[in-house]
Amino acid sequence: MLELGLFYIAATVSLVSTVLAVTRYNAAHALIYLIISLLASAIIFYLVGAPFAAVLEVVIYAGAIMVLFVFVIMLLNLGQSGNVAEHALLRPGMWIFPSVLCVILFVEIVYVLQSAERLLKGVVVGPKDVGLELFGPYVLAVEIASMLLLAGLVGAYHLGRRYFIDVRDQPTPPPSAALSGDDHE
Amino acid sequence: MNEAVVIPMEHGLLLAAILFLIGLLGVLVRRNIILILMSLEIMLNACGLAFIVAGAHWGIADGQIMFMLILSIAAAEVSVGLGLLLQVHRRFGSLDIDQASRMRG
Repeated sequence: MLELGLFYIAATVSLVSTVLAVTRYNAAHALIYLIISLLASAIIFYLVGAPFAAVLEVVIYAGAIMVLFVFVIMLLNLGQSGNVAEHALLRPGMWIFPSVLCVILFVEIVYVLQSAERLLKGVVVGPKDVGLELFGPYVLAVEIASMLLLAGLVGAYHLGRRYFIDVRDQPTPPPSAALSGDDHE
Repeated sequence: MNEAVVIPMEHGLLLAAILFLIGLLGVLVRRNIILILMSLEIMLNACGLAFIVAGAHWGIADGQIMFMLILSIAAAEVSVGLGLLLQVHRRFGSLDIDQASRMRG
């Protein structure tokens, strides 16, 4: 029954933080709640017997992809000017509730890791099984995923370049140069 | 060890459905492009959760493999989406997606 209780705690934290992430006004606060939601999902993955997926969720989702969001939010310098935003971020009221959620998740993951062999009664599918399956029957899917990531890389490089014209500086933007810019270079 | 309690699959799938619904409402309601991208991430994560829970119910690795494919889709989608976001911010000076609602053909 204990495992069920841990699952429901993690599910509640996930739901609460997801609702808060969607309804926040400030993008940085929403990002904090989204990261907490992903960490709660990682605990759920570990509880249902998928430790490799839990690690991937923390490292790639909550780590790499969310860091991309952080970079963009910092790059655009959203909201008010820097000092005011930082002052608002340092107020304790902004940090108490995410900290409470994080502490709940931390206590839970420490407890789960300490008593893993006693808790996990279901079938645990480890990284070895996943790897054997991934490079056996699913090797075509791996190739397709690599092509997809390459397409994402090329698209991000193309869209992130600065050769797109800046409309705010030019009063009358040339309609065709905006989109087909330097394609022929 | 006497009672073999595993997490019921229905509850996991219900959690995934609710998370997906929250993400969908976020995409439909919010007008900030960053929040829309975050809601898309929530939806993709909910799909991955459904795959993991279903795969764990039958004790097979296919659910985790589908989760890894969803992860790569999310990475590609976020990189392209954030590039588009930078362009919209550069062109319109704000992140309101309603400003980009007109096509210029």
